[in-house]
Amino acid sequence: MTSPVRTGEPLLEVREVTAHHGQLRALDNVSLKVMPSDVYAIIGANGAGKSTLMRTIAGLHRPTTGSVLLDGVEVTGQRAERRLAAGIAMVPEGRRLFPTLSVEENLEVGTAYARKGPWTVDRVYDLFGWMRGRRRQKAAQLSGGEQQAVAIGRALVANPRVLLLDELSLGLAPVVVRRIYALLPELLAVGVTVLLVEQDVSQALHVATQIHCLLEGRTTLEGSPEGLTPERIEGAYFGLARPSGPADQAS
Amino acid sequence: MTWVNTIIQGLLLGGLYALFACGLSLMFGVMKVINLAHGDLAVVAAYVALGVIALISIPAIWSFVLVVPIFAVAGYVLQRTLIQSSLDRGTLTTLLVTFGLSVVIENALLQFFSADSHSLSIGSLVTDSFNLGPHIQIAYLSMGIFVVAVVVLLGLQYFLSSSKHGRLIRAVADDREAAQLSGADYRHVFGIAAAIAFATVALAGIAFGMYSQFDPTIGTDQLLLFAFEAVVIGGLGSLWGTLAGGMILGVVQQIGAQINPQNQILAGQLVFLAVLVFLPQGITGQRRTA
Repeated sequence: MTSPVRTGEPLLEVREVTAHHGQLRALDNVSLKVMPSDVYAIIGANGAGKSTLMRTIAGLHRPTTGSVLLDGVEVTGQRAERRLAAGIAMVPEGRRLFPTLSVEENLEVGTAYARKGPWTVDRVYDLFGWMRGRRRQKAAQLSGGEQQAVAIGRALVANPRVLLLDELSLGLAPVVVRRIYALLPELLAVGVTVLLVEQDVSQALHVATQIHCLLEGRTTLEGSPEGLTPERIEGAYFGLARPSGPADQAS
Repeated sequence: MTWVNTIIQGLLLGGLYALFACGLSLMFGVMKVINLAHGDLAVVAAYVALGVIALISIPAIWSFVLVVPIFAVAGYVLQRTLIQSSLDRGTLTTLLVTFGLSVVIENALLQFFSADSHSLSIGSLVTDSFNLGPHIQIAYLSMGIFVVAVVVLLGLQYFLSSSKHGRLIRAVADDREAAQLSGADYRHVFGIAAAIAFATVALAGIAFGMYSQFDPTIGTDQLLLFAFEAVVIGGLGSLWGTLAGGMILGVVQQIGAQINPQNQILAGQLVFLAVLVFLPQGITGQRRTA
């Protein structure tokens, strides 16, 4: 690998995870290490297993084999609600707000089992200026971008160590997506590690310090964006070139 | 004046129906469980009250102090075991399981208590009444049950809309997986909701036992049906609607009975059918836009 040296112990580690949806093998022997300072992006086409990987890390999907470790402690057998207390929070695909609850109530549900830390409902209001004035509105009445902001806020107030962002850009206008990604530096400043799944590769390359490409459940590429040429990424994404990296067995 | 009286008596009776219905409504709203044993559980509560009264000889009216907590605990335990494991197998399974539970309860009651009718004796309170003008008599018991029902439904509404636990219950009802991601163990939250539902059904069962005679089969024959009718008329998932639905059912039944005593139940069912046909969302229901 040509990536810069990433030293120390990984905050989050996925070890040789294989996961199934019924008969279908959605993940095949996938491993990854997320360092505390990473913005780690998982890219891949539809059906590559990205969301299954996120759900497995969050505890919503049980892997067939393999393990998930947070700070060296195995959490594979823990349910999602326990992992939140351990420090893994996820913004799920499709945002998944509580539609009949108000904006403020959505955030308050996020605080119910929160860890101690810098993020509070007030701080989320400071981060998204419009939110305070509309906190009594039902979540169902918000636009997609606004809902995404509330979903991020709901995960942040739990004060996670690792924040999982699953397909933030899905169904949102590019300008809204850019605005949301512009917040990442602010999250990193308070020490949140970000693991994200993104279909929009250019967006991912723009923000990520580490890229992990999946194709049909297998790792096809891993490394820092600076060390990877667009051709290699394209090849790994579409499966045009031979797999490289850990899965490389060809000469 | 007769009609005014009929309507007032109907409203008071409707309070009791609303009390029966709110537990049914809550369990459907939160867990999507249609509890077909709901009526039988009310009858069990009346029998348990009978037992408690015989055992420690307290006045019947105070039996709820023991029976309601017992039922709350039983509700939590039953939810975490039987109902949860049937939920895990699919929503339809809960219909079969609660139907089975209903059959088991009814036959167990027949076995232990025979088919004889009982009632919770509250002495002269069952007939004591006060006059509202020359033509309208209101029984203290009916009035008491009505007040209890309104207080319980308002309290429940307030709990759900304003407390931390109520918020979690609504969040889990909206999206249990998202609630899990926020750290909430939805099984536990389901248990709490079931505990509340069972507590209200115990209260309703005791109130019914004081108000009328009960036997092992009345739970399915009447109570479950009335509860369903109140919930459907009012609109699913709304406690205000349930209260209104109960009262409408009560008034319609009383009007039917006023015309001909045989018509009491029929009148309620006709209105229930009319609501199903013309207002399938119930009188307070709006289509959910989510």
